[in-house]
Amino acid sequence: MVFEKIQEIIAEQTGKDESEITLETNVKEDLDADSLDLFQIIQSIEDEFEIEIEDYNAITTVQDAVNVVESLKQN
Amino acid sequence: MFKDKTVIVTGAASGIGQAIAVEFASLGANIALCYHSRTPETTLALCEEKGAKTLAVQGDVSDFNFAKEFTKKVKDEFGTIDVLVNNAGITNDMLLVMMKEEEFDNVITTNLKGTFNMVKHVASFMVKKRTGAIINIASVVGITGNAGQANYAASKAGVIGLTKSAAKELAARGITCNAVAPGFIETSMTEILTDDQKAEIFKNVPIKRGGQPEEVAKAVSFLASQSYITGQVLNVDGGMVM
Repeated sequence: MVFEKIQEIIAEQTGKDESEITLETNVKEDLDADSLDLFQIIQSIEDEFEIEIEDYNAITTVQDAVNVVESLKQN
Repeated sequence: MFKDKTVIVTGAASGIGQAIAVEFASLGANIALCYHSRTPETTLALCEEKGAKTLAVQGDVSDFNFAKEFTKKVKDEFGTIDVLVNNAGITNDMLLVMMKEEEFDNVITTNLKGTFNMVKHVASFMVKKRTGAIINIASVVGITGNAGQANYAASKAGVIGLTKSAAKELAARGITCNAVAPGFIETSMTEILTDDQKAEIFKNVPIKRGGQPEEVAKAVSFLASQSYITGQVLNVDGGMVM
């Protein structure tokens, strides 16, 4: 559920197909995204899940994003 | 030209900030102001006379959370932010050797950190829209330095460096970021000078007079209305610095 939503957000920001986006995907390296794309993806994730992510630098892969969201949603 | 656009002007109670707010109001924009010590009633009245919708919020731009809240209020009220003008600034003139630590810190905090705070929060919103203009009010002393203004000149030089860095980072998202560097402008900040001091200054101004706040405001609205000038410092100084 969290993964699917994040996958959708990343696809929308990068213009890539959702099938290209897996847990192992490194957003910047694998999807030709720049730092501002990653920033906007994290902003959209914050809005979607109504959370505040303290350390934007901690997220480079889709798995990182899923982990951060799941740990913040638990608290 | 700015119909249905929203323009934020910080420090708009009087002087250059007021002239900028009124200029954008006369071009059809919604005007959002923040003010700290002086209330902006005159500015609001002048903007509303031009038919502008207005919003005024009290607070200190050097407070990171205030800048965040103010930005959110403007978004909620007007639905968008198209132009940010960072004008809020203070002076506390003193020879460097006499300057107290807090006299340095206060000027840097309001002028430089205040500008960073607003650019950060507003640009975070503008990148989503992929359009926008940011204009930071610097000063020619940020380029030349000025005896008695080590704190102010350093803060304005800092604003210029911040402007150029933001211009490079945001260009790919269609956002321009420029600085306007006023010279000697007739405002309450400069009216404390004696006629003799002014005459001395005008010796170095090829156009032998002080500038009017409206002349700075025209430069700001020009920069906000174009999309292929970014990272520049536009001096509005009667030719004082070239």
